[in-house]
Amino acid sequence: MNGLLLLIPIALSLGLLGLGAFFWSIKGGQFDDLDGAALRILVEDESDARSLLP
Amino acid sequence: MNVMTRLAPEAALIERDFAVPDIRCAGCISKLEQGLVRDARIRSARVNFTEKRVHLAHTADAEMPDLLGAFTSLGFEAHPIGEGPKDVDGEAATSKELVRAVAVSGFAMMNIMLLSVSVWSGATGVTRDLFHWLSALIALPTIAYAGRPFFRSAWRALKHGHTNMDVPISIGVTLATALSLYETATHGAHAYFDSAVMLLFFLLCGRWLDSVMRDRARGGVTALLRNMGTGAMVVGADGSTHWTDATALQPGMVMLVAAGERLAADGVIVQGSTRIDLSLLTGESAPQDAALDDLVHAGTLNIEAPVRVRVTAAGTDTAIADIARLMGEASQGKSRYVRIADRAARLYAPAVHGLAITAFAGWMVAGAGWHKALLIAVAVLIITCPCALGLAVPAAQIVAAGALMKRGVLIKDGSALERMAEIDRALIDKTGTLTLGRPVASNLGEIAAKYRPVLLALAQMSRHPLSAALTRDLTAQGVHAAAIDEVKETPGFGVAARWQGRPVTLGRPQGADAGSELASELSIDGQSVALVRFADALRPDAVQAIASLRAEGVDAMILSGDRTAAVAPVARTLGLTAMTGLSPQDKLAAIARSSGAGHKVLMIGDGLNDGPALAAGHASMAPGSASDVGKNASDCIFMGDRLMPVVDTIRMARRTQAIVRQNFALAIGYNVIAVPLAFAGLVTPLVAAIAMSGSSLIVVGNALRLKGALK
Repeated sequence: MNGLLLLIPIALSLGLLGLGAFFWSIKGGQFDDLDGAALRILVEDESDARSLLP
Repeated sequence: MNVMTRLAPEAALIERDFAVPDIRCAGCISKLEQGLVRDARIRSARVNFTEKRVHLAHTADAEMPDLLGAFTSLGFEAHPIGEGPKDVDGEAATSKELVRAVAVSGFAMMNIMLLSVSVWSGATGVTRDLFHWLSALIALPTIAYAGRPFFRSAWRALKHGHTNMDVPISIGVTLATALSLYETATHGAHAYFDSAVMLLFFLLCGRWLDSVMRDRARGGVTALLRNMGTGAMVVGADGSTHWTDATALQPGMVMLVAAGERLAADGVIVQGSTRIDLSLLTGESAPQDAALDDLVHAGTLNIEAPVRVRVTAAGTDTAIADIARLMGEASQGKSRYVRIADRAARLYAPAVHGLAITAFAGWMVAGAGWHKALLIAVAVLIITCPCALGLAVPAAQIVAAGALMKRGVLIKDGSALERMAEIDRALIDKTGTLTLGRPVASNLGEIAAKYRPVLLALAQMSRHPLSAALTRDLTAQGVHAAAIDEVKETPGFGVAARWQGRPVTLGRPQGADAGSELASELSIDGQSVALVRFADALRPDAVQAIASLRAEGVDAMILSGDRTAAVAPVARTLGLTAMTGLSPQDKLAAIARSSGAGHKVLMIGDGLNDGPALAAGHASMAPGSASDVGKNASDCIFMGDRLMPVVDTIRMARRTQAIVRQNFALAIGYNVIAVPLAFAGLVTPLVAAIAMSGSSLIVVGNALRLKGALK
């Protein structure tokens, strides 16, 4: 029983954490352009490229 | 503080969205985002690949043509997206609200299920009570939050004195929760928190799928709406020009309309003469001459030379407004259409309520006591709740819409698919629908191969529609442009240049061929060497598509605003009967006659003049090249030059409807087994959970079969 009193709040708060993260990512627009996100990995970041130059 | 001072001047930035249909790859994203900001006036550019849009933040001194020019210099064609429809944002907000509700109910469902499993596997006494209370703690806020869409809709329906699918859902969820609370408080064995939350979760999934489908089509449609938010270069009193949005145009202003530009308002030509393409407005395929003092209409295309036009009517006062009014009246018939799920609910909701009440009354009469009788009535309500029914329609429709989208067909919403499945007659516009609606060089084969490179080189130098057509057709043949220099374009005549030291021109035919026909002439050293004729060609697979339509039992007919002489050859080639010279009102009347004779009419058209007919048809389709009015009024939009997607859509719609019916049958079959169990009082929360998730999975699985239906 004592284990339950500790574990259940932990389990619930972990779940809530995930839910909160999901809400946050929706609000931040992370799901607005799903196809674009897949392609952006291929995009050379210009500012990075410039800083690499001597 | 530093940040503040840096941000302060940025407050004056203007934010605008542009539709850029040609974004295809990662290269395009980087080219646009990094290329656009090289213009100092553009502070930031962000590409949305999914919706094929670019969001710009620019300073106030960057005018619309400059911004479009920035896109053009990178090799992209951009169309400004107007501030326009506010309701669009409203719908996006509902979709986001639904995602949140799905997430919350999903989280709650999993946690409550975890607690419930321990109860079902034998937890007793204090542990069971603790778990029930915990479930209640999770379920109550969840139901209050995630149940809002259903409660709201049910309340609206009840207030208007009718019932829909949401009424039994709301009653079932509320009763189940209330009874479970009572059970929990009195240390009872059965709490239905998991069932109530699971029910919400599955139903929300269905709702969300429905809204995703609408969103996706909407994204595609807004990317296509090119004329919205456009405007014109207005010549000021001092002779300077500045860009003015279409909404800000006033009568009396003088617009400068370049060749290849669409007019933003009605007006009278005050300087220059040109030819105007009326095809979107009237369906007439041959361009008309327009000279000084001639009246020209908004939405028509200036194809030959720049002209100055004094605005006589703008915005809602234009000739288009008349068509818009007709459309408003015509579309009322469509809004009376009742979706299949709602039709099912009209029968289903009373049946469910009747069963629950009968169960309650029956057990009361049998002397079971109100508590047990209520428990059984709630079990009946939960088991019959249209969980699978709520998923049956949207799951099938979203899979179908996804498959059609891959074929280049955008479906605006689920009801469009339902109506599309019922049609048995197609009325088709000619210009731009059966034909491509743009000039295609018809005699390229007769032109000597040695002249083709120089033709292409000259054509590339001009934005004239005929030059654009020539460029496209020659490039498609793999011709490479010859090297030319000293290029000069003369409005109203054509392009002149020097090729291998000899003067060459491409322009309006001189002499015998200077008629009304669409043609352009290549001259070398002042001698005519080639005459390219243009015609509005049939779509490449039109014959095949019409034959397939017949095979599907849909008889087709042409409904054109063009002259009989222009329609006859098309009608003959396709073997169709045709009505010609129709005004928008005539087209409406033709549809009304067909509907009156008991036919379900599919209207396919593209022009402004088709708008009312598209709105009036039982279902309607427009090609991607259609006018905004056409695209807005129609249910589906098909891309590309082929006509076959029309047949694909009808086939898919019928297949979808068959799957939806199967899904209904499955849901009813499940009820036939489950309801007697519930009546007998055998449905514990465990049985309810298994039955609900099982039936939902079967329905979704059946819907997924549509994925390969077009292969």
